[in-house]
Amino acid sequence: MQGSAEGAVSQSAIEVRDLSHSFDGRRALREVSFEARSGELLAVIGPNGAGKTTLLSILAGIRKPDSGSISIPGEVGWVPQQAALYRRLTVDENLRLFARLEAVGDVDGAVERMLEQTGLADRRDDQISTLSGGNQQRVNIAIGLLSAPAVLLLDEPSSGLDPRQRERLWEFVLGLAGGGTTVIYTTHHLVEAERYGNRLLVLADGERLFDGTSAELHAAVSEQGSRDFEAAFVAFLRERGH
Amino acid sequence: MRWLLLKDLQILRRSPLILALLVAYPVVIGILIGFALSGDEGKPKVAFLTEVADRDAFDLGTGEGEFGAAEARAELCKRVECVDVGSREEAEQKVRDGEVIGALILPPELLDQLRSLTSLNPEQPEVDVLVNEDDPVKAQLVDDRIQALVTEANLILSQRISQQAAGYIDLLIEGGTFSLPLVEEFDILGLAAAGEILAGVIDDLPRGETRAELERVLRFAGLAQDNLDFALPLLGAVAEPIAVSKVVVSGATASLDAYAIAVAATVTLMFVTVLLVAGSLALEREENAFTRITRGSVGPSGLLLEKLALGVVASVAVTLAMLLALTPFVSIAWERLPLILGAILAGGAAFAAFGAAIGSAAREVRASSLLAFMVSLPVAFLSLVPSGTVSAGVFQALEVFRALFPFHPSLDAMQAGLDSSASGIGLPLLHLAAIVLAYGLLARLALRRFAG
Repeated sequence: MQGSAEGAVSQSAIEVRDLSHSFDGRRALREVSFEARSGELLAVIGPNGAGKTTLLSILAGIRKPDSGSISIPGEVGWVPQQAALYRRLTVDENLRLFARLEAVGDVDGAVERMLEQTGLADRRDDQISTLSGGNQQRVNIAIGLLSAPAVLLLDEPSSGLDPRQRERLWEFVLGLAGGGTTVIYTTHHLVEAERYGNRLLVLADGERLFDGTSAELHAAVSEQGSRDFEAAFVAFLRERGH
Repeated sequence: MRWLLLKDLQILRRSPLILALLVAYPVVIGILIGFALSGDEGKPKVAFLTEVADRDAFDLGTGEGEFGAAEARAELCKRVECVDVGSREEAEQKVRDGEVIGALILPPELLDQLRSLTSLNPEQPEVDVLVNEDDPVKAQLVDDRIQALVTEANLILSQRISQQAAGYIDLLIEGGTFSLPLVEEFDILGLAAAGEILAGVIDDLPRGETRAELERVLRFAGLAQDNLDFALPLLGAVAEPIAVSKVVVSGATASLDAYAIAVAATVTLMFVTVLLVAGSLALEREENAFTRITRGSVGPSGLLLEKLALGVVASVAVTLAMLLALTPFVSIAWERLPLILGAILAGGAAFAAFGAAIGSAAREVRASSLLAFMVSLPVAFLSLVPSGTVSAGVFQALEVFRALFPFHPSLDAMQAGLDSSASGIGLPLLHLAAIVLAYGLLARLALRRFAG
């Protein structure tokens, strides 16, 4: 199943060429290239240590690449894996603080928009520590959206959430993509990659192994027999020595 | 940056335990020090018991009146807080219970022994002292106090005995009347008068052996008269062989109260600022907010500056609260407020930079609190070691060590702010500025591994 944002996909929102990065002599990314269009949901998957978080960190501007180029015409929103929120501040205060730190022009407007978008308007005065993990993640994502970015980067957005919270989170994310925001997300839940990603980017040992739809990844596996997406993905990696 | 500062103050307001500690700590410290400074003017309590008969008194014949139990008590109570007791048992109990640091007992034979000092059979006077030496520090204090008191009493007695001896020599030279107990007054001719008589007799004698012998006696009388004159200043010197001429060659003579207040203020400043800034910086990482903040318009250096500002704000509030709490007990020179504020601002900034270095190195709130305590306490203790209590080499090493940390220059600045007789504030402020830069740089370097 593809995301409901499929209809909104149009022109290129991000273009990455030959991105490389090393840590302590180990190559975390090796000449990775890809592009994503407006409203597209791009799932970045791969085994542990594949370079997924490093890629998102570079796209977010937190790390500098050793080489390669990134072209993003608009703003980039970044949502870290663990909620980066002040637990003793309220939802409203967190949104307001980060809006000011990101120099958002209309702070009040942005905060109201995010409260409406996340459905947390009635909990605006609650401290973050009193919210469920799912609602904390909504606020976490809302902060990434404060500057109305063209591209939103989500690092393991459903990590630590129960199935119901995950479902609500993805409804929210699909709504964003439906509004034209390009969403690039990493995940270990392959079902989420298959179900919500318009395209999949497979990384292993910092190398891009695949860029295409889940159906194309199924087709790229030479081993015979029927299998689910997870089995196909494991077989795909095995055939390529990972 | 101001939004981050407001955020930290909001978080602080919503952390009731930390806020209560920040408010209560300086007030409690201030009140405790106030009580300690104003309690009994710093005099130790000593139990006093006299077994000397009420009307018995000792006259050294110096014309300064009699010296009895009442005079002894008056002298003692100038130096310590006297607690009168009625018996040896009561004195022992008070010492044992710690109500007094010691007890001084004048035995019944004391005045007889004092009188014997001017007789042909002198006895050494003795007083009894009871002390409780269960605490070595207290024992040393009591020993020092009692030794000082006895030395002073010996000096007074020695001076009076010397005056008496000088009177005898004067009588021997010039002549006069003299009285001894149980003996009537009798006249002393004196060397001067004896010489005059001899000179008159010799003139009438013919030259010969007898006249020659008398002339020898006359020369001896003149020689004795001249040389005994020299004995008078010598006796004065014996009475007080060493007089103290104090010259302060290092450090101004500061008020003890001001020093104690400066120590209390600096300790408060240190703990509150270092713990708050270290914890607050580590919290940014624990809340996963560091990367998000520094990715925006506030970089790592901006965040560091904000933490320094937070430390300075807390320093000013807490230290002024502590000084206000002290005001009912001791006199604080509020007319020197600009200097006091300068000391607090500079000390606060230095401790904040130190705390930021600790927080960015430890990276976790609990670890940073533990590290802050473990480093701050020994630094404070070593900064308070006075010169002369350790060897010269060790003290030089200590001076280098404490120059590396904010405590000692903060204490100097605080003292200069509080006390007009202390050294100037300029040098400590420069020292603190250098420390702010050094620890600020260390903290900034440590922040490079903060996001990981």
